Amino acid sequence: MKAWDAIIIGGGHNGLVNACYLQRAGLDVLVVEKNDWVGGAATSRELTPGFLYSNCSYVCSLFRPEIMRDLELPRFGLQVISYEGGAVFTRDGDYLANYRDHDAHRREFARFSKRDAEAYDRYSRDVTRQCRFIQPLLMRTAPDPTSLKPRDLGELLYLGKKFAGLSAEEMALRLRFWTMSISEFLDEYFETDVIKANFALSGIIGTALGPMSPGTAYVLLHHYMGEVDGSVGAWGYARGGMGAVTKALAASFKASGGTIRTGAEVDHVLVGRGKAKGVVLAGGEEIYGKLVVSNADVKRTFLKLVEEKELPDIFLRRVKNFKIRGSSGKVNIALDSLPEFPALPKDSPVYRGDMHFTDSMERMERAYDDWKAGRWSADPFLEMVIPTTLDPTMAPPGKHFMSCFVQYAPPKVNGHDWTDADRDGFAESVVAQIAEYSPGFRDRIVHMEVRTPREIEAEVGLTEGNIFQGELTFDQLLFNRPVPGYAQYRSPVGGLYMCGSSTHPGGGVMGAPGRNAAAEILRDLAKSTSHMSPAHDVI
Amino acid sequence: MNHQPTLKSSKARTAAQSHFRTLRLGTPFQPHIDALAKTQDWYNWAGYRAPHSLWDEELEYFAIRSQAALFDISPMTKYRIEGPDAEAFLDRVTLRDVTKLKPGRVHYTAWCDDEGFVLDDGTLFRLSPTRFRLCSQERHLPWLLDSAIGFNVVIEEETETVAGLALQGPTSFAVLRDAGFAGVEKLKVFDLAEFPHDGGTVTISRTGFTGDLGYELFVPAEKALSLWDRLMTSGELRGIRAIGYTALNRARLEAGLIVANADFTTAEHAIRADRLRMPDEIGLGFMVDLEKGHFNGRRAILGARAKRKLRYVLVGLEIEGNIPAEHAIVYHKKHQEVGLVSAAMWSPMAKRNIAIASLARPYGDTMVEDLWVEIYTMRELQYQKLMKRAKVVARPFIKLDRRTANPPADF
Repeated sequence: MKAWDAIIIGGGHNGLVNACYLQRAGLDVLVVEKNDWVGGAATSRELTPGFLYSNCSYVCSLFRPEIMRDLELPRFGLQVISYEGGAVFTRDGDYLANYRDHDAHRREFARFSKRDAEAYDRYSRDVTRQCRFIQPLLMRTAPDPTSLKPRDLGELLYLGKKFAGLSAEEMALRLRFWTMSISEFLDEYFETDVIKANFALSGIIGTALGPMSPGTAYVLLHHYMGEVDGSVGAWGYARGGMGAVTKALAASFKASGGTIRTGAEVDHVLVGRGKAKGVVLAGGEEIYGKLVVSNADVKRTFLKLVEEKELPDIFLRRVKNFKIRGSSGKVNIALDSLPEFPALPKDSPVYRGDMHFTDSMERMERAYDDWKAGRWSADPFLEMVIPTTLDPTMAPPGKHFMSCFVQYAPPKVNGHDWTDADRDGFAESVVAQIAEYSPGFRDRIVHMEVRTPREIEAEVGLTEGNIFQGELTFDQLLFNRPVPGYAQYRSPVGGLYMCGSSTHPGGGVMGAPGRNAAAEILRDLAKSTSHMSPAHDVI
Repeated sequence: MNHQPTLKSSKARTAAQSHFRTLRLGTPFQPHIDALAKTQDWYNWAGYRAPHSLWDEELEYFAIRSQAALFDISPMTKYRIEGPDAEAFLDRVTLRDVTKLKPGRVHYTAWCDDEGFVLDDGTLFRLSPTRFRLCSQERHLPWLLDSAIGFNVVIEEETETVAGLALQGPTSFAVLRDAGFAGVEKLKVFDLAEFPHDGGTVTISRTGFTGDLGYELFVPAEKALSLWDRLMTSGELRGIRAIGYTALNRARLEAGLIVANADFTTAEHAIRADRLRMPDEIGLGFMVDLEKGHFNGRRAILGARAKRKLRYVLVGLEIEGNIPAEHAIVYHKKHQEVGLVSAAMWSPMAKRNIAIASLARPYGDTMVEDLWVEIYTMRELQYQKLMKRAKVVARPFIKLDRRTANPPADF
């Protein structure tokens, strides 16, 4: 019976990145994916004829350019296009836009507050400073602070040096920033509610916390430290939808000799004498491998795919307590024409950016209150994009695909599992909100896909539909992600590795966990990592 | 503290939406400037469409030094600061002693954050005992408003509503006199006065950015075009020409003046901690007035001076040869990197190759010997690398008697 050099469980973007790097290092790699397509949460699916849906992730910024280059993704069709800005619609019939042009951005803010307009530079400087501190850590394995291995000591020294380079005040600012709420952070710069709401949204996306919860300031950073071709903080659309990322990865993988089996759900990992030996598929087929890498989140991996008896108690308890709470859903809509927003001039670039309706911090926090009570938000927070305004490949000319990221959606509704009626109610809260700002919106709908945490978990496999495979609060980052002592992509089971977003540096379509995991695996195998570019310098 | 209402009525706010269609605004003088813009060579000055040159950047420079040059300074950030506590407030915010600035006078000043790092430099106009205008490169409304807590003062940003012109050069006085600004001859350097214009008033100060005889004029935006016409008409026989920034930038360098975010990075824009600068590190130490009471950054500046924590110095350089050393690296003994040139040119007035550079102390401060600059100059797709000796010299690089002569001469 054949034994693969490595079996990757799950063909999400991190699984594929990991597979590509391993295959290119000379390993014989198999990716097993339960769905009939690869992509995980980065997919483009034709759910109604002529329309491609980015039905989970919908915008791109975090994906590391070093990985795109190493794996030749442009050659395999990946293009990321920066988009133009965005807006928050206000309830008085106006909107607050974000423009790419610095001075237009200032003038726009000045419509609401001259003071806040001029506060933006300082805000931007401070957030940029925070980003620059964290960014170099993305493509490095976090050190184990309890280890005395030279490499861990070296990495700790690197971290220590970064800290030592800071003044006492800067150090205090860093630590404060990593733990404070986005609401408090924004209060230090801005006075206008809608301007705060405009920035705060980056602090709550994908997180089961409200803007007033401690820890949300860091989440904002996570959304700011990406780039589109050197333009740090910019976001773009993957041409052809987010599936273009994983399609290119899969093509790159196959071109280097890798094998993908779709429709192959793993039932459990084969473990013998404390070591992973392969996987058993749902149909009972056994596939053997010298090592196994799980792209699934840490809960799914260790609570569903590995028998509890194989795991140490503390590890198991920490995995169970890892925060990976469902907080969001998706409503994906095919439209037969571009919706109109009377508040927005027809020639506004905002149509080509991200649009929101939550114009106050209180509304945002109230939406979270509903989540705490076990309900979806009656007045949800939406991030709505229409990528077809820039991408001609996703819908027929004149027709559009709209992606709505929706928060908050609890993992269970009033304590019971989501029902179809709940799902329809959730969808209605979203459509009703859009229709309030866009008369005739309902009539344009050709087809709609509604995904609550139930659908996301069932199809993609993300526990509770959590988009980050675990919340990005500071207690779950760096050497604590996902579990203290196991932050270097290895697990208590020999030969079983993790490469998903549950690991450092966390979620978003970034690819860094998959890449970093590959580096660790190759280190264990004493193989060269010369085909892996180091992180670009932050100068 | 009072400050302007920040939330405009919803209607006015909605009406202002259309700005997104014009990313580069015109200034109040734009129709006249557009008509003269033969080169169509524009740049973005704080969101305004401003000319690099209008017809010939070299000749525009000579207009400054030989005749009278008209330069639109409307995009400069302007704040009106007014109230019973305006003097005390500005004394607290800026480095110099504002109680010594009499009504009708202007001074060049700077202001720092609490850590003593320079937020900006600019000019402070005292229009009356209780009314000031602060002009600067960058925007500072939150800083000013936050600093004003506890002071009875109103702060209003007036960049768009007030138009500004610099009229610089040997015949600038004659142009103003002939235009009928009676009494303008009484203005000494850094004096200002109001003069009637077009049913309103224009504020004229004997100030400028060229080291030459010159004036700056501020009018309400709606009187801008008539002021331009008045000056152009009276200046016709005195060689008046409109100019762009390239020419002005040469004149300012000869005058040894620095530009925020060109010769130093302002504190609110410095992302890298080592780019922050204290006044002593950019040649503005002379402004720091320790005799007056507390001002923002005082403690930090004093501490840095006492502990010798000042790490940089900004100097004037005279470089051998005639190739401008723009953005060249400065070396000690030809190999140790000690600084960077931020502005450089061949000076027609001094007939010398001049530069402004920031050096890491003690170079440029106590160690001024054996400094060199490495000039990379592209000639027909090849770099000619030159290592040229640089000498630290005092600024300004040129001193023109006509700048300060009283009464000012006709040319």
